Amino acid sequence: MMSAVNHPAASEGLAAVARNVTKRYGRTVALDDVGIEIKDGESHALVGRNGAGKSTLVSILTGLQAADSGEVSFFGKPAPALSDREGWRRNVACVYQRSTIMPALSVAENLFINRQGKRLISWSKMRRQAGELLEPFGVDVDVNTPASDLTVEQRQLVEIARALSVGARFIILDEPTAQLDGPAIERLFERLRALQDTGITFMFISHHLEEIYEVCQTVTVFRDARHILTAPVAELGRAELVDAMTGEPGGLTVPGAADRPDVSQDSEVALNVENLTGDSFSDVSLRIRRGEVIGFAGSASSGKHQLAETVYGLRKPSSGVIEVDGRKVKPGSVLDALKHGIGCVPRDRHHQGLVLGLSIAENAAMTVMNKLGPAGLVPPKQLAGVGSKAIESYDIVTSGADQPVSDLSGGNQQKVVMARALASDPKVLVLINPTAGVDVKSKESLLGVVDRVARTGTAVIVVSDELDDLRVCDRVLVMFHGEVAHEFGRDWTEQDLVAAIEGVSE
Amino acid sequence: MTETLSPDTGASTAPASGRRPPLRFARFRDLALVPAIVILLVVGALLDPTFLTTGNLLGVLQQQSALSLLVLAEAMILITGKFDLSLESTIGFAPVLAIALVVPTSAHGLGTEWAAWLAVPLCLLTGALIGAFNGLLILKFQLSAFIVTLGMLITVRGLHEGVSGGNSLFQIPQSFMFLGFETWLGLPLSVWISLALFVVGMVVLSYFRQGRSLYAVGGNVDAAKAAGIRTNKVIWTVLIIGGVLAALAGMLETGRLGAIGANLGDGMIFDVFAAAVIGGISLNGGKGTLFGALCGVLVLGLILNILRLTAVDGHWFNAIKGVIILLALVLSRLTTGKAQE
Repeated sequence: MMSAVNHPAASEGLAAVARNVTKRYGRTVALDDVGIEIKDGESHALVGRNGAGKSTLVSILTGLQAADSGEVSFFGKPAPALSDREGWRRNVACVYQRSTIMPALSVAENLFINRQGKRLISWSKMRRQAGELLEPFGVDVDVNTPASDLTVEQRQLVEIARALSVGARFIILDEPTAQLDGPAIERLFERLRALQDTGITFMFISHHLEEIYEVCQTVTVFRDARHILTAPVAELGRAELVDAMTGEPGGLTVPGAADRPDVSQDSEVALNVENLTGDSFSDVSLRIRRGEVIGFAGSASSGKHQLAETVYGLRKPSSGVIEVDGRKVKPGSVLDALKHGIGCVPRDRHHQGLVLGLSIAENAAMTVMNKLGPAGLVPPKQLAGVGSKAIESYDIVTSGADQPVSDLSGGNQQKVVMARALASDPKVLVLINPTAGVDVKSKESLLGVVDRVARTGTAVIVVSDELDDLRVCDRVLVMFHGEVAHEFGRDWTEQDLVAAIEGVSE
Repeated sequence: MTETLSPDTGASTAPASGRRPPLRFARFRDLALVPAIVILLVVGALLDPTFLTTGNLLGVLQQQSALSLLVLAEAMILITGKFDLSLESTIGFAPVLAIALVVPTSAHGLGTEWAAWLAVPLCLLTGALIGAFNGLLILKFQLSAFIVTLGMLITVRGLHEGVSGGNSLFQIPQSFMFLGFETWLGLPLSVWISLALFVVGMVVLSYFRQGRSLYAVGGNVDAAKAAGIRTNKVIWTVLIIGGVLAALAGMLETGRLGAIGANLGDGMIFDVFAAAVIGGISLNGGKGTLFGALCGVLVLGLILNILRLTAVDGHWFNAIKGVIILLALVLSRLTTGKAQE
């Protein structure tokens, strides 16, 4: 549908083209006759909800998988055979969310992996060349250090440098900003613009639409395995873009705190934290009333994640007290936190949130397994009940409660983590990056859940890097270097909040 | 070419990703080995007329009962995401130590001559202690389970040889022989015990929180921790149960053979892993069922029985056995369709 109607001399000036590409996995159609044309030297955004087919297109454009039908070409030439990895690497490189760096090897060796030359390896030469390669990128590390010591930002730059040194002129960035904080994102974007000026082409995948407006010239939207539209970014409004992604007019409706009644001052205190000190934060005290939603904002080094993880018992505080309904919680014990009625959505669903091989029901019920039957008995009926209740309450798109979580899209996986946190009907809900890496529609529904449970009297902590997540909060506390530096009410503005996060407000 | 294309309004034909046909094959995956067992029965019957006799098949079951307990133990340990190679030494050492503590020095005892009824509890306790010690090294010292239990395999085997002085032990108390020797309703008691323990294992691993936590811990230990599961306790418990099962297997084998050989259990761990993996247990943890593991034991037992009946030259026995196990692995990989880890 987007084949070059007004460009008969097709691939002139095009860095990468995919046409009429279809890909099926069993009965699931992952890509349905889609196409994309990326002009030489542009930054082209690819957006869509989880499950729209973005990842599948990336794996086809990088030669990791073959399309069932359709064609791919680079710079006017048909793509190399799937077995010709070298050929693909010269054409295209991808910086994935998950690192392709070998952590135990040195930075230098990572840069030259599998192309150390035909003769004996000269380590000194390799180190020198690695240094030269990294110099323009301002990666300030010794090339002898193991790659596991790199920050996310440095790791990405090393991957980009490696791709360019192989000769690739087209680079796919798959959610490069997901794990970066504000200043690092700015530095990355500057770098991208500079590289673009030298003629490098980018395909940019992100859930943050703002970033697309900031760095891309063209945007392509996929939805439900189909190509929906391709347009210059400048001509497409945000609302139209969201409409195209969701397929429904109206766009994103994140519930705001102002829609809820005020939390009365004499409402009971659900969570009381006193002088809590632990990893990367010190002397934090706060009281959260029933039905109140508190947001925590701050840079990656502010200690906000560590604070939330300590409240749930994932980390042990060095001093201080945590109380739920006036009863002390044993520090550093998740089991005790659960017993006292604290539920948690951990920071990374793949790391701490889910057991991917297990079913939705089993993941959702994991925190309440001891409550389903006597003596630890887990009756299948009750288990399935927890699963189908989760599917219904958090509108998880699935074929059934016994489907393994690994089959779900990111947004639906995150809803399962939310279900797990809420299965025990907690009095206090701790959410850490609850909407990281999920699409707009899932975000809406996850934040809707926060609003819903707050109305029923649950106290909620939302720790997030995304300002959208904080709109649902009654108060937003900004942490800076391990301390609560600012407090905002419901009426915060983006500028004030960002200034406080960066530590530039007076 | 930057022409704005209007949103596609065609009816959606692509099912959202994650939808699957209603028929669930997952339920049948467990039965994947049943056809293999049927084929082996047919092949065996064709090759040798004595194969399908009750006597022979009962023999297969009885010979496999000790192995099956080791597979039960290893399957649970593998599902929890750990490893135990030392089971093959525990199966020999636990009964040897127990017997050596109760028999007189004339029968190669250690000279303690404790009461004979102590032999059974001593044997099981030894298994539990070996499992607990493995757990200590793996969990508290954070060592790799593979290398810890490899070290223990050698150490415990050495203890076996040291305590027995390289001799077979013959004067076994009656109470110790009972389980491996008796029959009940026409079946050896050891077969009943293995079957019963497998059933208990299947029920616990399917319908109990304690059992399901094995899958959670093996699937993603951090997620299990964040869900309030005491992961170290789970792993430790499973390792101890594994040791006890290996000791029990040693008792059954002692009763069946009427003595404890100096090499009891030697080389068994390969069969244990082969049966578990043929049965669909993942070496990476979190996957597989005990029913599958039991089928793996039966497949392996039938293969070995057929080999013996066809009177293969003893010198070639191991080579053929190895090749057949590799073939069985390839077949089970093809039938389950998933890459083995």
